[in-house]
Amino acid sequence: MFGVLFDGIAYGSLLFIVSLGLSVTMGLMNFVNLAHGAFAMAGGYVAVVAMTRLGIPFLAALPLAFVATALAGAILERTLYRRLYGASHLDQVLFSIGLTFMAIAGATWIFGPGQQPVRLPEFLRGQWNVAGVDIGVYRLFLIVTVFALTGLLALLVERTRFGARVRASVDDARVARGTGIDVDRVFSITFALGSGLAGLGGALGIDVLGLDPTFPFKFMVFFLLVVVVGGAGNVAGTLAAALILGVLDVAGKYYVPQVGAFVIYAAMVLLLIAFPAGVFGRRR
Amino acid sequence: MKLEIAFWVALAAAWFLFPGYLVLGSHILIVAIFALSLDLILGYAGIVTLGHAAFFGLGAYTAGLLAVHGWGEPLSGLAAAAAVAAIAGFAASFLVVRGEDLTRLMVTMGIGLLLYEAANRAAFVTGGVDGLQGVTMGKLFGVFGFDLAGKTAYAYSFVVLLLVFLLLRAVTRSPFGLALRGIRENPQRMAAIGVPVRRRLVAAYTLAAAIAGIAGGLLAQTTQFVGIDSLGFQRSAELLIMLVLGGTGRLYGAIIGTAVFMVAQDQLARVNPVYWEFWLGFGLVAFVLLARGGILSWVERAAHR
Amino acid sequence: MLRTDNLSRSFGELRAVDGVSLSLPPGARHALIGPNGAGKTTLIDLLTGVIEPTAGDVFLGDERITALTTHERVKRGLTRTFQVTNLFPGLTVLESVLLAIHERNGAGKSWLEPFEKRTQDIEEARALLATLHLERDADRRTATLAYGRQRVVEIALALATQPKILLLDEPAAGIPSAESAEVLQVVDRLPDDVTVLFIEHDMGLVFRFAERVTVLVNGRILTEGTPEEIARDERVKAVYLGLEEAA
Repeated sequence: MFGVLFDGIAYGSLLFIVSLGLSVTMGLMNFVNLAHGAFAMAGGYVAVVAMTRLGIPFLAALPLAFVATALAGAILERTLYRRLYGASHLDQVLFSIGLTFMAIAGATWIFGPGQQPVRLPEFLRGQWNVAGVDIGVYRLFLIVTVFALTGLLALLVERTRFGARVRASVDDARVARGTGIDVDRVFSITFALGSGLAGLGGALGIDVLGLDPTFPFKFMVFFLLVVVVGGAGNVAGTLAAALILGVLDVAGKYYVPQVGAFVIYAAMVLLLIAFPAGVFGRRR
Repeated sequence: MKLEIAFWVALAAAWFLFPGYLVLGSHILIVAIFALSLDLILGYAGIVTLGHAAFFGLGAYTAGLLAVHGWGEPLSGLAAAAAVAAIAGFAASFLVVRGEDLTRLMVTMGIGLLLYEAANRAAFVTGGVDGLQGVTMGKLFGVFGFDLAGKTAYAYSFVVLLLVFLLLRAVTRSPFGLALRGIRENPQRMAAIGVPVRRRLVAAYTLAAAIAGIAGGLLAQTTQFVGIDSLGFQRSAELLIMLVLGGTGRLYGAIIGTAVFMVAQDQLARVNPVYWEFWLGFGLVAFVLLARGGILSWVERAAHR
Repeated sequence: MLRTDNLSRSFGELRAVDGVSLSLPPGARHALIGPNGAGKTTLIDLLTGVIEPTAGDVFLGDERITALTTHERVKRGLTRTFQVTNLFPGLTVLESVLLAIHERNGAGKSWLEPFEKRTQDIEEARALLATLHLERDADRRTATLAYGRQRVVEIALALATQPKILLLDEPAAGIPSAESAEVLQVVDRLPDDVTVLFIEHDMGLVFRFAERVTVLVNGRILTEGTPEEIARDERVKAVYLGLEEAA
């Protein structure tokens, strides 16, 4: 059972790091970005290219994935996303689905439709035996990395001026503008950061989730799920939701395999009935 | 009015004029019925849903399974498909009419995915990813067998489309239809003038689900096959695109958007599916950023000049 | 006929409405005044069921309506207008008013008859619009109307429900002063058994149309009386600096 819990937390941390950007985007700008999964996928492919074509070691490929995707996010935000902040949710859905189609087609064209294999460095492979339980090294690495990142982010948000501006903007954009905060710039930066994190998550997740051109549509549901259950813009809620859903999914597949992903979807629908505004509410 | 009659006559004439394309033709007609059902709840009532294929698929599997298990009479099979989809729609509607935009989007998506997974898991019943085989249909009215060239299929689908269209036209012109538009424009104000908003939406959603079920049932009967993708997210997303392409809230927009999209898809996806997907995405992005309203609104604007 | 009993609503620490008990007999012409932020709109939201009270009850006649939804209250004759214009932008003025009429006479459930053929409803709608001088705008989409005309449509919508109790949230705001008195006259001419409660800042209108006035300050009733009594009340003057100049 501990093994299931552990794997669930590892999976959940992955979900969290990817979904965080989406949560802030939805909470801050009320923008439904269904293309977020495509950013994660992009990060994964960047890491693959870095490792296989450029010979960059895995650990170095990760920050590269982050930077590349953050850059892509920044550019797209400036040029395209920005124009749709006031648009209807339908328009945003169509737009982001369109972007996703383009990304998937691009990925298929460049990399082919198959799964991307990833060769993890030696020291991240295998299992350790801790107190009689077998723990996957990579999964432990995942949890530690995400944990560390979360700590860094928390510092960023709580201790820096930029973080204060983000918090103010998430809380009430109009009031924040009124106090002189350049909310548009705050948003560009957070969007880029969020996309970068998604890309990092995609790269981290190749071993656990797999990577192929259908990644965005396969996993977008889970990212959305985490955000909606955790409450858009609510970081702590997103973390809790990600961990809970991660554990639920792994447990479901382990204990009742014939039902599989059904558990997650059913849980989502039920949770949404009970808490239409997200389990932890919107924006605190 | 004359334009309308010409439109329907042209659609009927295709049966005579394009005997080689009747299979594609009936497929287009069937998806047009599906699109009309989405127009009712999206174009008129304003509910954005990413899971409408759930009802299409339910209708398809109902009609398909009935046929597989010996009940091949088409019309009653279609009625059963509509009934099952309507019941599911009614049940789902209570979740869908609560909550705001985002929650609703997630719930509709979730329901679609739930059903997809269920169909996948219950492969012993549904055929899973391989699809439901062995759908053998009886003769329509005991006379017209379903031929490979699609002649019966096209005529059958055409009549159902026309009937559904007439029904929806009556509904959208009725006080109920006006109320749906009011709900789309401002649900809070509707409540403030005494309208039980949720009740109206439940009714609309149930009707839309039933019609989607009819479309699904038709597909199962005319192609003698039910693929699991009939429930999938891809289908819901594509339908949304077709409807927006043609123009929401106009009924004819649903039909025209479907026709344009499916013909384009048939021509282009065959050549290179990756190209199709890319340019489809590009077109969507461009459409949202530049072209407001869809084909019918461009036509309207051009006509006004 | 409309009565509240210690009605309260808090938002966290803030007591927006605090222990309000008021009573409106049938046919009353009652004004609700108070400085901005006093809780007047919140009170209307509570009366119409848009928000739930944290304490207290609302009564319509003998019936406790605190738990009823907005549309259920409208069915019992309790209708309101909105301070910020809240219309149907894509619908025409006529269509908007028809919505209310259809709902009132049960046609809203009708699926198969074209609404354009329901001549009785349309005549009633046009007649109502005529009393408010909106006839020439009847077939225009409400989004295209000038703000002042939109405010009048707000009132038309409420009147179309044939309310027994009408709550008007700053009905004259945004309407050119020549027209605002006219609009309120239409309201004044409503049958004697219709109760009207209106929120207003324009003291001239208050004096012309109100028989009684309630003053709300910081969510609580400061005092209540005839317009003359209120005008003389020192506490009211103190709260409402510059009130005399405005009147």
